[in-house]
Amino acid sequence: MDIRKVKKLIELLEESNIDEIEIKEGEESVRISRNGNAGMMQAPMHYAPAPAPVAPAPAPAAPAPAAEPAAPVADGNAVLSPMVGTFYRSPSPDAPSFVEVGQTVRVGDVLCIVEAMKMMNQIEADRAGTVTAIHVENGDPVEFDQPLITIA
Amino acid sequence: MLDKVLIANRGEIALRVLRACRELGIETIAVHSTVDRDLKHVRLADQAVCIGPPPGSLSYLNVPAIISAAEVTNASGIHPGYGFLSENADFAEQVEKSGFVFIGPRAETIRLMGDKVSAKDQMKASGVPIVPGSAGAIPDDPDEVLRIARDIGYPVIVKAAAGGGGRGMRVVHNEEVLLSSIQVTQSEAQAAFGSPVVYIEKFLQRPRHVEVQVLADGQGNAVHLGDRDCSLQRRHQKVIEEAPAPGISDAERAAIGESCVQACIDMNYRGAGTFEFLYEDGGFYFIEMNTRVQVEHPVTEMITGVDIVREQLLIASGEKLSIRQEDVKFQGHALECRINAEDPRTFMPSPGKIKTFHAPGGPGVRVDSHVYNGYTVPPHYDSLIGKLITHGATRDLALAKMRQALDELVVEGIRTNAALHRELVVDPSFCAGGVSIHYLESKLEHEH
Repeated sequence: MDIRKVKKLIELLEESNIDEIEIKEGEESVRISRNGNAGMMQAPMHYAPAPAPVAPAPAPAAPAPAAEPAAPVADGNAVLSPMVGTFYRSPSPDAPSFVEVGQTVRVGDVLCIVEAMKMMNQIEADRAGTVTAIHVENGDPVEFDQPLITIA
Repeated sequence: MLDKVLIANRGEIALRVLRACRELGIETIAVHSTVDRDLKHVRLADQAVCIGPPPGSLSYLNVPAIISAAEVTNASGIHPGYGFLSENADFAEQVEKSGFVFIGPRAETIRLMGDKVSAKDQMKASGVPIVPGSAGAIPDDPDEVLRIARDIGYPVIVKAAAGGGGRGMRVVHNEEVLLSSIQVTQSEAQAAFGSPVVYIEKFLQRPRHVEVQVLADGQGNAVHLGDRDCSLQRRHQKVIEEAPAPGISDAERAAIGESCVQACIDMNYRGAGTFEFLYEDGGFYFIEMNTRVQVEHPVTEMITGVDIVREQLLIASGEKLSIRQEDVKFQGHALECRINAEDPRTFMPSPGKIKTFHAPGGPGVRVDSHVYNGYTVPPHYDSLIGKLITHGATRDLALAKMRQALDELVVEGIRTNAALHRELVVDPSFCAGGVSIHYLESKLEHEH
């Protein structure tokens, strides 16, 4: 990522109300925050070769010719998405989430919903344990085999 | 112009579609199975979505997964490639109902051409020559049957309506044995397929496979892009294709092309399509229409300069056909060799890691392939790993370039049919041109 792009991003930040911008391009990423923190160039991340499933917010810089870096690495205890769709934490927008980090779950407890083609598919826990991580944000698109929720 | 296209396919055709999208500034979405994350087009696409495990039914044939992927990525159109769901009318319908553009014909057109009987009827109505036959099940009256067969001309073939795949057929060479042959075929058909219904058709003994490429915009405009000869086949799989078909006059070409164009207009065809014929003794006989882009489309592109996939995208974007028939010119000759990951003698599939891949080059040489050094060919899908295409001012020149290109091609780590192609491009009969659809199999039988 060249310095001119970084400069432009700084200008963008200064002119706007945004507090922080993070841009990923290929294997590099830059985060620029207000109030002093210098932009950080992160070393190339060695994730699985698969690109991220979707890019809801395209980078303002030149679009990357390659697909973006992968989502967080799946650990062996992650519940994977059985289909392509949209991830929801709760049964409806106003309702509380099915699970939170730290919650204990039993086999068969509903963890989340993956919506595909207007159908809400409830994803159930395949093992008992404690929810240690939720890898996806509410409303994010997910792909087949994408890690959703880790139960340790 | 469509702004985002989801490529519902894999391998070389997915890469082909990606390239055409890129040129038009269309964003690309690659859907893939878990074993296809490292496909070249997946790496190049703007977005990639894993839609399922390796089996086709759970991934590339998985309609809900593909449509769901289109929804979450905000695709505008879906390109089905060839094979998989490309000629699935229900899929085309669902795509359009879900608010996406299906890059291909309308669902009802796919349905019409998918039914062999209705397709023949449609062709007959449009003046496209069909295989003469009994036009449906044979009547009960034996005298009628004999008359029909006489009109067709011997030899005829008796076919079970419920049969297929070469089964439930009997060739009859003369009138004396027609009625008894029909009775035997009827009993066989009843036993094997549960229906004694049979029909008869003219039997072609040494036909060639000649097909005509068309483009139509669904707005009343259609052109043909000439013909291809795909007679070199093994078990109904094409091995080498070429354009134009050798030995066909300009007048014959224009006539058959025009009848296909008329058929397109009559059925309000939209997109790219191919009319397949058996060709024997100067006669064309329609067998079926493929309502999609085909594997061998590059040979037509080489002799006409028309980018068929680009045209598909333009047509799907609502553009009127920019090509008029008088603009279509044929230059030189093109050949295509299908390179498969298979043993050249036994034809057993040979998946695995390609240690070294080196593509040939030079003027008039085109390689359409998704493989690269270190790419692993998965065992779950068909064995096509690339197409080697050459174009020359004459057929002999195109052949000479193909020989050189095959010599330069390196694929190490897996077995390929390159050795078979090297034999075929020096085979005297093939080099003379005009071999029938039985030629390759009979050659293989005699030699191995």
